Amino acid sequence: MLNKYNKNAQSTLLQVKSITKKFGEFYANDTINLSINAGRVHALLGENGAGKSTLVKMMYGALQPTSGTIHWQGNEVSIASPAHARDLGIGMVFQHFSLFEALTVVENISLALPPELRQGDLSHRIADLSQDYGLPLNPAALVADLSVGERQRIEIVRCLLQQPKLLIMDEPTAVLTPQEAQALFATLRRLVEEGCAVLYISHRLEEVKQICHDATILRHGKLVAEVDPQEETAATLAQLMVGASVHKVSRDNNDQVGDVLLELSNLYQNSSTPFGVDLVDVNLQVKSGEILAVAGIAGNGQGELFGVISGEECNPNQNAISLLGQAGDGLNINQRRCLGAAFVPEERMGHGAVEHLSLTDNILLSRHGCIDTHSPLDRGWLGIDKKQLAQLNQVIGADYDVRKSKEDAAAGSLSGGNLQKFVVGRELNRKPKVLVINQPTWGVDAGAAALIRQAVIDLSRQGSAILIISQDLDEIFELADTIAVMSRGQLSPIYAAGDLTREQIGLMMAGSHEQSDFNSNLDAGA
Amino acid sequence: MSPYEAILLTIITASTPLLLAAIGELVVERSGVLNLGIEGMMVMGAVCGFAAAHVTGSAWLGVLAATFAGIATSLLFGLLTQTLITNQVATGLAITLLGLGLSGLIGSGFVGLPGVKLANVSIPWLSDLPYVGRLIFGQDPLVYISIVLTVGVAYVLNNTRVGLIIRAVGQNHHSAHALGYRVVAVRYACIAFGGATSGLAGAYLSLVYTPQWIENMTAGRGWIALALVVFSTWLPERLAAGAYLFGGVWILGLYAQGMGIGIPSQLLSALPYIATILALVIISTNRRLSVINTPASLGQGFVPDR
Repeated sequence: MLNKYNKNAQSTLLQVKSITKKFGEFYANDTINLSINAGRVHALLGENGAGKSTLVKMMYGALQPTSGTIHWQGNEVSIASPAHARDLGIGMVFQHFSLFEALTVVENISLALPPELRQGDLSHRIADLSQDYGLPLNPAALVADLSVGERQRIEIVRCLLQQPKLLIMDEPTAVLTPQEAQALFATLRRLVEEGCAVLYISHRLEEVKQICHDATILRHGKLVAEVDPQEETAATLAQLMVGASVHKVSRDNNDQVGDVLLELSNLYQNSSTPFGVDLVDVNLQVKSGEILAVAGIAGNGQGELFGVISGEECNPNQNAISLLGQAGDGLNINQRRCLGAAFVPEERMGHGAVEHLSLTDNILLSRHGCIDTHSPLDRGWLGIDKKQLAQLNQVIGADYDVRKSKEDAAAGSLSGGNLQKFVVGRELNRKPKVLVINQPTWGVDAGAAALIRQAVIDLSRQGSAILIISQDLDEIFELADTIAVMSRGQLSPIYAAGDLTREQIGLMMAGSHEQSDFNSNLDAGA
Repeated sequence: MSPYEAILLTIITASTPLLLAAIGELVVERSGVLNLGIEGMMVMGAVCGFAAAHVTGSAWLGVLAATFAGIATSLLFGLLTQTLITNQVATGLAITLLGLGLSGLIGSGFVGLPGVKLANVSIPWLSDLPYVGRLIFGQDPLVYISIVLTVGVAYVLNNTRVGLIIRAVGQNHHSAHALGYRVVAVRYACIAFGGATSGLAGAYLSLVYTPQWIENMTAGRGWIALALVVFSTWLPERLAAGAYLFGGVWILGLYAQGMGIGIPSQLLSALPYIATILALVIISTNRRLSVINTPASLGQGFVPDR
């Protein structure tokens, strides 16, 4: 099916010639060559920090190259700004959207368009174009009310209105359900049929095999391979990205399931933030030795669920939360930690760790309230045992392969993946009986993700109850013994991991389980 | 003139300076800037307006001087908070203190001198209509200006591209910057507009309300205007209603005292703030609606990434 488009015009649209970008003495991009042809989807692959974003930012005019040239339709150009890139016909859909929540769809799009495109009935044009490409959007809707998938559509429609010749997409499916991703692929196929080129950045190798015609792989700022994704397997692509074969997470089947250590029963919780999601009648149980994964697209109440279990949000109803056999209501986060629970929030910077504090200070922050054998506060209330803290930091650094510039660096100086390893390591080091992790490997490269997942599995096999909140289905199938799906604040019943397929989870992510009647929907969709 | 007419007239006179100062601050806050210096800008407007009118003999030149004094004071605030990225709350308080002190210094030679009153509009026949003539067709020009400004601000914010950009900058300055809008320039313009209307409000006090210069003659009206903006949940039409409500409560209280009904004056002067607190409590029960109008980046300085 892909070959049909391969026969399309092979004219080179954008060419990057031996481009280099230095930040100080660090080479983010080192003499990279790349050419993108019209009518093709070109994949750009690489781990975190491989230099993909830097390269793309130079193509979009957000950064200027240190040396090297960019050629657009055969002519050398210097792309001075994103506006200039848009004039040339380069559109970009960002990973983190730049939308205004309190404005409507049409207002958001209007703000981003050049004057000549704002004329006339913009709402009408948006509605037409979005229908035409199968990206349904209500122009009058408030962005705050839309799902992440719908928000992405706004960004895509905004690009399409400018009739781009090259569309750059940064991790577009990271926030989509499998079904939404398929709809996006259909749109992309149609675009390349019309002669548009797409530069597609993704971590998901199966997708790359599915829709991309060419692939360029970066590692440590250098180009390591240009391949035809159709002739590679996901494993060989991963190997090229990492430079070595990725450690496979291993888990034995688990028959050591014990008592229920974490239980929510008929939990209702009103969100404390204006655009948050209320939790409706959430029930779940996690047993000792078991990993329960809560799947779902970000922003469907997972943050609220994490907050209620960790004690950051107060829950008014009695007996809704039970931790290690005790009623969790009314306990604050430190009291819950003292019971033997540990929590890793989604945002590592600012929530999991304080940017400007050193790693030892950050260890102290989640340990100070609870004097146990692992506490650096053995000396009593006023004394901080700095020696023990430093030792602890060293142990965590070694056990979890935290790479840092100096032993007790500021948390903000660590890269995302290393900081995540540190934050997870800090909590796992206590050997908690109950562990709740929100998005354990979000934005973390393959090597670090494998390490974190293995550590989580090992902990569960030692008899801890673990609750994982994730939207990464690969991760969920790798880790989970049982799975439940959250959408719009409602949690589906819990299923054994082996009983569910990706498609079924995708349907539930889209809300098929809401308000009972779950099984009939599931049958219809499967 | 019937008593009811007199009461309504005084209510309008009491409400207009509040409306003038608040409508500017509403625009400033919609662009994401919190300027606590209204009181300072107002009192600068009052003293400069009075001085210019006294020296030249023209009330209109006084109004002009007051406007420019307000703008100048607000641009000092803009320089500090937008260019030098100082803390907006602290800077706003400093501007208020500076304005009160500096106006006292400027005005020391004008205390007790006769002022020039801005004449009321007089339209033959219409202004002489019974009951409504004075009320609708015989006010001073600043009353009409305040109403035109309020309607204009409501229209611009909701129906024009300029308004859309102001709201976008106040919602999320990083996104607005990424889309190529000049966040700091937009905010400077809004701050200057806020300064101009605060200056006008000051002029109203020293050229209409009591045409003379008294030190600290703003008497906390800048703070009431600030409370009014929150009370209105950043909506111009509610702001106008709130301004007349606050003015009305105040005047009715004075009449009640005059008629021997014992209401402590302290309670009266606290009423606008109590009303604002009550409004906030009521608003917060409907979080979603209020947040849609609340500028999300209110009070945060903007520093571009690169």
